[in-house]
Amino acid sequence: MRDTAITVEHLTKSYRIVDGASHTNRVSEAVMERMRHPLRRSRYTTFSAIDDVSFDIPWGEAVGIIGRNGAGKSTLLKLLTRVAAPTSGLIDLGGRVGSLLEVGTGFHPELTGRENIYLNGSLLGMTRREIKRRFDDIVEFSGVAKFLDTQVKRYSSGMYVRLAFSVAAHLETEILAIDEVLAVGDAEFQAKSLAMMREVAQSGRTVLYVSHQAQTVTSLCTSAMFLEQGRLSYYGDVDGALTRYRDTFESFQVAQREASNRPGTGALRLTRVAVTEQTQDPIDDTVIEFEVGGNRAVVGKYFVSCHINDADGNTIVQCDSRSTGAWFDPSETQRGALSIKALWLKPGRYTVDMFVCQSGIFDVWEGADVFEVLPSSPYPELASDDAMSHGVVLADFQYGVES
Amino acid sequence: MSRLIIRPPGRFNLPRWRELWDAREVLYRFGIRDIVLRYRQTAIGVAWVILQPLMSAGIFSIVFGGVAKLPSGGVPYFVFSFAGMLAWNAFNNVVNRASTSLVANQALVSKVFFPRLLVPLSAVISVILDFAVALVMFVILLIIFGINPGWPVLLTPVWLLLTLMLACGIGVAASAITVKYRDVTYLLPWVLQILLYATPIAYALDAVPQQIRWVFDINPLTWLMEFVRWSTLGQEAPPLWQLIALPVSAIVVFFGGILIFQRYERGFADVI
Repeated sequence: MRDTAITVEHLTKSYRIVDGASHTNRVSEAVMERMRHPLRRSRYTTFSAIDDVSFDIPWGEAVGIIGRNGAGKSTLLKLLTRVAAPTSGLIDLGGRVGSLLEVGTGFHPELTGRENIYLNGSLLGMTRREIKRRFDDIVEFSGVAKFLDTQVKRYSSGMYVRLAFSVAAHLETEILAIDEVLAVGDAEFQAKSLAMMREVAQSGRTVLYVSHQAQTVTSLCTSAMFLEQGRLSYYGDVDGALTRYRDTFESFQVAQREASNRPGTGALRLTRVAVTEQTQDPIDDTVIEFEVGGNRAVVGKYFVSCHINDADGNTIVQCDSRSTGAWFDPSETQRGALSIKALWLKPGRYTVDMFVCQSGIFDVWEGADVFEVLPSSPYPELASDDAMSHGVVLADFQYGVES
Repeated sequence: MSRLIIRPPGRFNLPRWRELWDAREVLYRFGIRDIVLRYRQTAIGVAWVILQPLMSAGIFSIVFGGVAKLPSGGVPYFVFSFAGMLAWNAFNNVVNRASTSLVANQALVSKVFFPRLLVPLSAVISVILDFAVALVMFVILLIIFGINPGWPVLLTPVWLLLTLMLACGIGVAASAITVKYRDVTYLLPWVLQILLYATPIAYALDAVPQQIRWVFDINPLTWLMEFVRWSTLGQEAPPLWQLIALPVSAIVVFFGGILIFQRYERGFADVI
């Protein structure tokens, strides 16, 4: 008998994508198809979201799961929490798994806070006695005690999220799986939640944490795995995983250049995204040129959004054209430029993601371009390194003294 | 501590009974949720539970008892049809509510793990409440009309159990198939409508012409109706073979439904 929290052996999850138009959701069509071609098996392309992954996680570990979009992070978590069934391989769990896959699933707007705590708690695997015992803690942690007998639909979204998170956070399962829920609530609540997570890991239980944000992984996790196209390409300490994440950027970037490799409906595609100055100083303006192909079939104007991320994948700024009221006409090719005034970025490598959206997402081009901010200090005085080492960005600041 | 080992599911896999039992709270909470949701924000609230069976039995009395003058085996037509509707409503409501339950809760099914079988099964809870209320009214009717069914009335819970087993089997299977093929949503109400008239609920079995009598004799719901009226209205007892055939078919349908459900269950999160 093993004594690990989680052991996974040769785990594979594949989806079958039916080729051509033979895909059907109707009984009648399925029957007709069978009658017309009684011998033909439907032709499938098999796509492995998780491909032959094996690992052991000991007790008391907080494991961060990182990887780019579509690397299989969420699928892995779904398999471990038993939401989806594996195609082959084996998962051996040392205890109950509680999941915080999405805050508030199982909450019903028409029910009161109290009723929802019971409903949600039971869905997450708590028995009635457990819920009763933890009830006061849950209410206190959430801070919505006054509105306990109010229907949840009258809650503010902040209250809603806090209550939902509180229920899940009080799960007493031996293994806890979290999918980026920390990005909810106000800053104070986030800090509280983070502290709670840390406590969970320290109490000898095992935490799995899926994230895009390198920062939280660094501060929360004791080890990390890096997934790449469904394969486990690194499992070890957090720094190693992050290094690996940075190193694989180049091959990822090359693959993304091909529009068919990118997510989105594809009705409109970016044909070019380029930063005009590949190397710049912190105080320089950043100009990003882009070109989107036209498509007459698309009705209504669309917008674009640009993210600038640091080397660990943290998004530093989001420049959404909706914020400035810029909308584009899809009937013809659009060329444009985004200029961002004095970003005061810290020296380092930055990547640019570009999105083309309307009500749905047409194109997502992650890693569309890269630029380097040179290690030159924009400040008038030379100071030792620790005067600049903290913080995410630099700033145009001044101290005044009242005399 | 026992370890849990997950492997790819096979073609036929029985549910993990232990797990179902451990998660029974989910069943109860779903049931409560359904009841609360149905009657919160209604003006007369729980009074609907009383009105619904009265109305349907009343309409049957007017149309079939009054206009068509169908026979009711020597019992006032209203009471006769009420007895039939009691069992039929339990059956019909479980099938209906169970069959749509998985799709209605798809957000949950694709995000949280819990024994999915509990979702359609929870339909039973709210149906039992409806049944209990209607049963009380039925007893009042029996007293008013001075009908004494005798000792067979003690068997009523057995008929309820068999009704629920039949209904759950069908409802559970339908809910699983609906996840993949939404056609069931359109097909099922139509089948139930036909069943309602093809089963001696609005009329006595004697009224059926001999040539097509066999169609009725092979329908487990006919047996059920006959037993219900035997034990609640004191009408003639059905043949003995039906007393064996009814529980057997209820068990077969119930477990058959669960097997079909389990067969589809492994793909829920991928398809929904």
